[in-house]
Amino acid sequence: MYEFDWSSIPGALPFLWQGMKLSLAITAVAVAAGMVWGTVLAVLRLSPVAPLSFFAASYVSLFRSVPLVMVLLWFFLIVPQLLRDLLHLSHAADFRVASAMVAFALFEAAYYSEIMRAGIQSVSKGQRSAALALGMTPLQAMLLVVLPQAFRNMLPLLLTQAIILFQDTSLVYVSTLAEFFGAAYLVGNRDGRLVELLLFASAVYFVLCSAASGLVRVLRGRVAV
Amino acid sequence: MISIRDVHKSYGDFKVLSGCSTEVGKGEVIVVCGPSGSGKSTLIKCVNGLEPFERGEIVVDGISVGARGTNLPKLRARVGMVFQHFELFPHMTVIDNLTIAQEKVLRRRREEARKKALALLDRVGLREHADKHPGQLSGGQQQRVAIARSLALDPICMLFDEPTSALDPEMINEVLDVMVALARDGMTMIVVTHEMGFARNVAHRIVFMDQGRIVEDAPTAEFFASPRTDRARQFLSKILHH
Amino acid sequence: MDLRIFFTPVPTGETTYLGWLLAGLRTTIALSLASWVLALALGTMLGIFRTVPNRPLRAFAGAYVEVFRNVPLLAQLFIWYFVVPEIVPGGHWFKSIDPFVQAFLTSMACLALFTAARVCEQVRAGIEALPRGQKSAGLALGLTLPQTYRFVLLPMAARLIVPPLTSEMVNIFKNSAVCSTIGLLELAAQGRQLVDYTAHAYESFFAVTVLYLLVNAVILVVMRAVESRTRVPGYLGSRK
Repeated sequence: MYEFDWSSIPGALPFLWQGMKLSLAITAVAVAAGMVWGTVLAVLRLSPVAPLSFFAASYVSLFRSVPLVMVLLWFFLIVPQLLRDLLHLSHAADFRVASAMVAFALFEAAYYSEIMRAGIQSVSKGQRSAALALGMTPLQAMLLVVLPQAFRNMLPLLLTQAIILFQDTSLVYVSTLAEFFGAAYLVGNRDGRLVELLLFASAVYFVLCSAASGLVRVLRGRVAV
Repeated sequence: MISIRDVHKSYGDFKVLSGCSTEVGKGEVIVVCGPSGSGKSTLIKCVNGLEPFERGEIVVDGISVGARGTNLPKLRARVGMVFQHFELFPHMTVIDNLTIAQEKVLRRRREEARKKALALLDRVGLREHADKHPGQLSGGQQQRVAIARSLALDPICMLFDEPTSALDPEMINEVLDVMVALARDGMTMIVVTHEMGFARNVAHRIVFMDQGRIVEDAPTAEFFASPRTDRARQFLSKILHH
Repeated sequence: MDLRIFFTPVPTGETTYLGWLLAGLRTTIALSLASWVLALALGTMLGIFRTVPNRPLRAFAGAYVEVFRNVPLLAQLFIWYFVVPEIVPGGHWFKSIDPFVQAFLTSMACLALFTAARVCEQVRAGIEALPRGQKSAGLALGLTLPQTYRFVLLPMAARLIVPPLTSEMVNIFKNSAVCSTIGLLELAAQGRQLVDYTAHAYESFFAVTVLYLLVNAVILVVMRAVESRTRVPGYLGSRK
């Protein structure tokens, strides 16, 4: 029978908390940037201008067809080199956090774009007609009338996607960046208590994510018109 | 044949049925009518155990529906039910809709079941549609198939839950014709409906419900000529205007 | 971009770099298909549990979904690989078998149970999307509840959920890449090896991306064929 020894955990909490802060930071930035870029992509996708629509569709298809791990590896191995060459920066420059944030934002934007596209299509066409009839430009109609409603309709799905994103930050492990999961692994490895740390980290994720999902469910009940 | 005694049913705080009692003899055709929300659909669903009830007793051909040891599937095979929205199984052909219960519930052999099914489709006038899927038929046709589907099990009685309410006006008669023929052949029927013409024509008794209670229970002629209660009188005057 | 790199033999000489990539692809396909079959079976069962009147079954399936959806896939994988052999009797034996088999079986268990939770929710949604009267009609004919599920509810629910199940199938192929972290040489891992050995990062990633796109395309084509073969005439968007 395995002898559980949880004593590593209390001492490691500050380090783990640093990791958690990084996970949350990546999540926040990726959600914000991903939603904005995703909304733009959704609008482009629905645009009657063929090249724009094609570009958006291709972008979304591409990022939805490949594993996130692969995109992260691509960003960690290739992009820093690319940026250093392009911007002639020193090799010491640490792009890892920025790479992670950009990678997540670009990747998740594809998923957000599908949610927003469904959201835009869920707003009845009469709304846009009414806005135009009032003299608004198509852009105004989109920004002032359609998008706010789309956003509200899709809020539960957008939040659920954010929870998934938070879980996905654990994949940053594949770089040497220590977000929460990576930090837990490092501590576990160092102290020879990998079992306990992995269970602890999983329990933390479980508590945070089920609480967040529970809140989204409550929100769904409220938002339902 | 069917005995409903003092049946009570609630959904949480809401009392749907309050002390309903009536008897249906063999070969009798009863029409249950009343305003919406009166509990008529719920009552009929209690008869074949699709809806449980808290108090009272329902006995069908000697078998108590609410009793713990009752084999409900076996009972339901002997009590036919026709639904407002037809509820044919969309992924099966018309003929398979008629044979599935015969094979799985009554354990009939396939050829026997098919023969019976085709005969019934003939009876309701839809034999040439046997290999189509329900989605390819009109509402009236689907409902006639639904009636045939229940008849395939040789039921001792048939329950109809607003069988024509979901149909376009032109199709109501084709379904009512089938039901009238059934009644004339001596089938015991409980029909929840607004079709008063049908009631006048074929029903032996009318049961009028309001707010979960059976308010009137009288032979057809008597009910239409001189309803005893105000509520029934109000209802009739509104319905019969058209 | 120099594509000739793929046809160069690897240092150990037994195949080309392209050969390595294809070996990785084979592992990915084997792992994903095996896990998918298990996930479908388990997920369907759990989805049914979530809709039956039996409260303990519903609660169990509900709890299963909560647990497997709220812990990241990577964490689950590491638990299977590092924690389970320590805790479960027979774990020591497991740790001594061939490393590739260890990694493969661990990955399969992890992916299957993870995906089963998602399949469960799709099956549940499919069953709940059916008109209520279908179940009543089945029961009214004298079919038992299991018979009603088997002949009436599940056949239609299955057709309704072909599109979301297609997504889940694509997901399981993508998620297999996470298993590279425990040393399984599937496609993404081979891609990384290629970068390490050849220093041709662009070509390697390009090839891996193309292969994932190819896998996706095949899945979409196959599922679209499944969808049109199983269409019910006269129902929701099919040809009459």
